[in-house]
Amino acid sequence: MSTAFDMTAGQVTIDGRKILRGIDLTVDDGEVVAVLGANGSGKSTLVRSLLGVQPLSGGSTLLYGRPPARFREWWRIGYVPQRLSVGGGVPATVREVVASGRIARQRRGRFTSSADRQAVVAALNEVGLSDRAGDPVSSLSGGQQQRVLIARALAGEPDAFVLDEPTAGVDAGSQKMLAETLSGLVGRGKTVVLVAHELGPLEPLISRAVVLNQGCKVHDGAPPTAVGAHALPGHDHVHPHEPEPAESGLPSWVLAQEKA
Amino acid sequence: MTIFDLDFMRYALVAAVMVGLTAPAVGTFIVQRRLALLGDGIGHVALTGVALGFLTGTAPVATAVVVAALGAVAIEMVRARGKTSGDVALALLFYGGLAGGVMIIYLTPGESTASLNSYLFGAITSVDATDLWVIAGLAVAVLALLAVFGRELFVLCQDEEVARASGLPVRFLGLLIAVIASVTVVVAMRAVGLLLVSALMVVPVATSQQLTRSFRTTMALSMVFGVLATVGGLTSSFYLDVPSGATIVLLALAGFAVALGIGRFVRRSRTGESTA
Repeated sequence: MSTAFDMTAGQVTIDGRKILRGIDLTVDDGEVVAVLGANGSGKSTLVRSLLGVQPLSGGSTLLYGRPPARFREWWRIGYVPQRLSVGGGVPATVREVVASGRIARQRRGRFTSSADRQAVVAALNEVGLSDRAGDPVSSLSGGQQQRVLIARALAGEPDAFVLDEPTAGVDAGSQKMLAETLSGLVGRGKTVVLVAHELGPLEPLISRAVVLNQGCKVHDGAPPTAVGAHALPGHDHVHPHEPEPAESGLPSWVLAQEKA
Repeated sequence: MTIFDLDFMRYALVAAVMVGLTAPAVGTFIVQRRLALLGDGIGHVALTGVALGFLTGTAPVATAVVVAALGAVAIEMVRARGKTSGDVALALLFYGGLAGGVMIIYLTPGESTASLNSYLFGAITSVDATDLWVIAGLAVAVLALLAVFGRELFVLCQDEEVARASGLPVRFLGLLIAVIASVTVVVAMRAVGLLLVSALMVVPVATSQQLTRSFRTTMALSMVFGVLATVGGLTSSFYLDVPSGATIVLLALAGFAVALGIGRFVRRSRTGESTA
């Protein structure tokens, strides 16, 4: 089994502020890893620096065994950013944005191939947006835009998906759609790294959880176990969260595990 | 007498078509990249280039291309640093370009700021056969580069992080679009002048996006609007005996106002249909 992502002592400093403080993280092929933590704990920075999108100020990171600057097989990576950028008000259709996910597989100066077109159709089908393909992305709801971003990554047919808060601010319908899409990916043995504030319907898919607190890794292992009503099928995770303990900022289930 | 009877008007019309096609094509990417004012900045910097041409006795178009391209590269490098003071740094470059141009032309024997007028406000009817070949060559080069790199530039201008995570040569593409923009500015300088050049890169795009749903049609339609504005403006300025650059830009702006109205109307009737 090969290793998709391998970070050693990763540090990120932005404007003199330490965002990540020495993270060791290895993600093997086929793993489904959730990166959890409070707001500002460095979750997004961690996944973005795993990809080399955010440069490290210390330590190193490898993509399929190569540092980002010398990595060439970018088609193996599907990155789903936090939100869709609307591109300065210039309209773009759902199909155009999803088709741009093929870029790492396309040769410069070549026309779009039938494989490209088929992959775009399949990706649109998978997220249930085929009927909106010709609509401008700006006319879609937040949840639908998130699905467009996921379809863009799917269109590239990558081996590993990196999703930055795919569930944030997304309606229940889109969350369910997202969980179905992810379980399809997991079934096909794809590697998934996703950032989440709360897992919701994604909970049963996760094979491993990494918890960050103030730029440090404080937990790496079994995902949170659902108990009580949470474990029941069809449970909607909509109740207000109990306030997190102020002194650590950690979710209560982590504290419970640390105590155990 | 029609405008086709005069050699200089025939040259001017061909130049107008070239400018009308290229400026909005580049402009679509520039607007998507949220750099709508990049053309203005390059235009100001190009003025120093024009003045340098006068000072050194070389063709102002040649020196303008070189200085504008250097300025565009500097702007892109400041932007890529991503500091919050980036727009202030850009502003400093704009003022430097304008002041530099005025100062250099003052220091040039036998020239005064009046020499800069045709470059500031355009003089499309002064285009001769040689100019036309240069303009046509540059325009073809710009459109060819956009055709070859269009797919990558779309991803870059939409979301730079995604471009990086797709393995695209982000720094190279950023410099490429900056240099393409500066060549376009110098090409369009002859038609509408450096101070109005950005209007042809931005206004047709803004007009077209009122009416379109996709990136591709936005670009195509903005090129149509660009040609309508340059050819229409040139023709009417000839018959009305008014300055061509200003007529072209005012016509483009009038087109925008009309499209804004039509766009509102179309959108309202569309939502009306879907709720009915």
